Amino acid sequence: MNWSRVQSDMAKQGYVASDDLSMALHIALSLGRPLLLEGAAGVGKTDIARTLARAYNTRLIRLQCYEGLDAAQAIYEWNYQRQLLAIRAAAEDGETGKTIEARLFSEEYLLQRPLLQAIRQEVAPVLLIDEIDRADEEFEAYLLEVLSDFQITIPELGTIKATTKPIVILTANGTRDLSDALRRRCIYAHVDYPDRATELAILQARCPEVTADLGVQIIGFVQALRKEDLEKKPGVAEMLDFAAALAGLGLADLTDDPVRLQAALATLLKTHADRGAITTEIAQRLAGTAG
Amino acid sequence: MSKITRFAARDPGPDARMAGFLAHLRAHGLRLGVGETDTALRALTTIDAADPTQACRALKAVCCSNAEDWAQFDTLFDSYWRNDGRVRQKVIASGRDAAPKHSRSSREAQQAASSDTKGTRDSPETSNQNGDSHMAGDGKLIASTVRNLMKKDLRELVSPQDIREAEVVARRLAQAFADRRSRRRKQARKGSRIDLRRVMRHSLATGGEPIKLAYRRRPDRTVKLTAICDVSGSMTVYAKIFLSFLAGMVRADNATDAYLFHTRLVRITEALRDDDPLRALNRLTLLADGFGGGSKIGSALDQFSRTYARKFVTGRSVVIILSDGYDTDPPELIATALARLKKRGCKVIWLNPLKGWEDYAPVARGMAAALPHLDLFAAANTLDNLASLAPKVSRL
Repeated sequence: MNWSRVQSDMAKQGYVASDDLSMALHIALSLGRPLLLEGAAGVGKTDIARTLARAYNTRLIRLQCYEGLDAAQAIYEWNYQRQLLAIRAAAEDGETGKTIEARLFSEEYLLQRPLLQAIRQEVAPVLLIDEIDRADEEFEAYLLEVLSDFQITIPELGTIKATTKPIVILTANGTRDLSDALRRRCIYAHVDYPDRATELAILQARCPEVTADLGVQIIGFVQALRKEDLEKKPGVAEMLDFAAALAGLGLADLTDDPVRLQAALATLLKTHADRGAITTEIAQRLAGTAG
Repeated sequence: MSKITRFAARDPGPDARMAGFLAHLRAHGLRLGVGETDTALRALTTIDAADPTQACRALKAVCCSNAEDWAQFDTLFDSYWRNDGRVRQKVIASGRDAAPKHSRSSREAQQAASSDTKGTRDSPETSNQNGDSHMAGDGKLIASTVRNLMKKDLRELVSPQDIREAEVVARRLAQAFADRRSRRRKQARKGSRIDLRRVMRHSLATGGEPIKLAYRRRPDRTVKLTAICDVSGSMTVYAKIFLSFLAGMVRADNATDAYLFHTRLVRITEALRDDDPLRALNRLTLLADGFGGGSKIGSALDQFSRTYARKFVTGRSVVIILSDGYDTDPPELIATALARLKKRGCKVIWLNPLKGWEDYAPVARGMAAALPHLDLFAAANTLDNLASLAPKVSRL
């Protein structure tokens, strides 16, 4: 396998990956190591995993991290309700003792959460551990163990070894610093806002209905907007929404209709302060120089 | 494309060169272990390693572990692998060029090889040092660079009684912070939620009847307090209150950490934790050499955020800065240092004695730069003032 293969595979699925990113993906895939993606919100980190799963025609298993995420949510849990019912039913039948205990703690009553699911697939899936920096440090430590051994121990069942090694993608937004141990286990790639040409390619791949001239204008406008002092810079997803909104409003040129452009800005500017900062005049100035 | 570095004739091979490169990266602050050398070599086998662009990208993915590494990697790569034809290489060029010519005996060759590796590694560092001395030589900082070497006896300022009073206040404050509860549930005898896993296990003994109930609750997680106190000249009048407050805080809770700074930053936790309050003050006096001198808030916070904070500040920390905000460092330094500190997930509180004054506005440039990064900005010039903080911090 070759790193440019990865790039073209991703491109076929409509994801324009930078050279740095494709190389990181290639190395992570060929060495079987997890890939840690960092970057601002909205640069398409989560989408990378989704595209990868599509490109290699495999399942995407997603674990969304949050503060307080614990083993019961991430790895496995017993189906207690079913167990209770089974105990009742067993009592009616006169089944007791060891046999019922063995039956209750069998696969049948096991609820598999993303991490366990991921290591038990026939075909290696893409395991996306989204926003790992939101989970607390205890979980990070546990994850480290799973990622190095690819096995999970369930006291009642024993150790479950991975049938296939999943392709692991971790994303982080920088809400807190990740531990060095986790960083060292991973191949790393920093995802930036795409440059003008790349973003134009993304727009053309995702919204073919936008004309070439308008496309150039949109990208110029969004890139200029990112240079403004905003609370929340518009990401790639916002740019696509913006393009779709403009197409929906039937705007062929950004400078044509200040009122409708201002309305379409709702897709790009997501805080009250940012809306206030980009007045009609500023928007028009940016649009005027965008072409 | 720039020229590829020529290695000494007796170079032991690609493995050693790669090890040299990782040492080069390590010298520039990338955190790499032995395992990474192996990973890097394996990564190179999966690509066309003869192509420098590909090799650079591949090594970048393996060796970097955060955004800063990522940003500086290309330069580091070039300075090691493509350093021929670069201006700053001139200094050591003679040593390296001489290597193949004179390598008649193995000893000479070895020397040449070692001087070569040294040279390549040293050159960027030398430029770094230049940069540092640039900063240190900034002419604006005359007032603060003059350290107050006169020793001031802190016992004149703080008495053991003060410490005891402050201890009470500090303990109350620490408790107010401590009420931040964990989101994670742990099994417990009493609690808000039933721990079904336990209940099921227990019920097996009673034929499926859940008689013995087990619960889960959110355990309290104590907050770690970290206090940084300004003892520069402008703060001398408040030092009595603040130092006794610090002492009280550190003695009230084992997890508390304390620092003070004037022109440099000193960790005083160990000193304050001394069993005997009087001896603690003695030790503090020794540490506080330079007390009442100029203030370099920016560089002190910057140093803190880069060094101690990495070890001691976590998401459960509350960093308390006690200072009036009169700084001789550029205000941006405070802003970036605080931003970096906040990245660790902690809360930052700034207690300013001047805020107690009527009509006070945070016009000091340093203070203004700090404001957007603070979770709480409050007055603190008396012990009562500090005591009244408790309800405010519990709302953070």
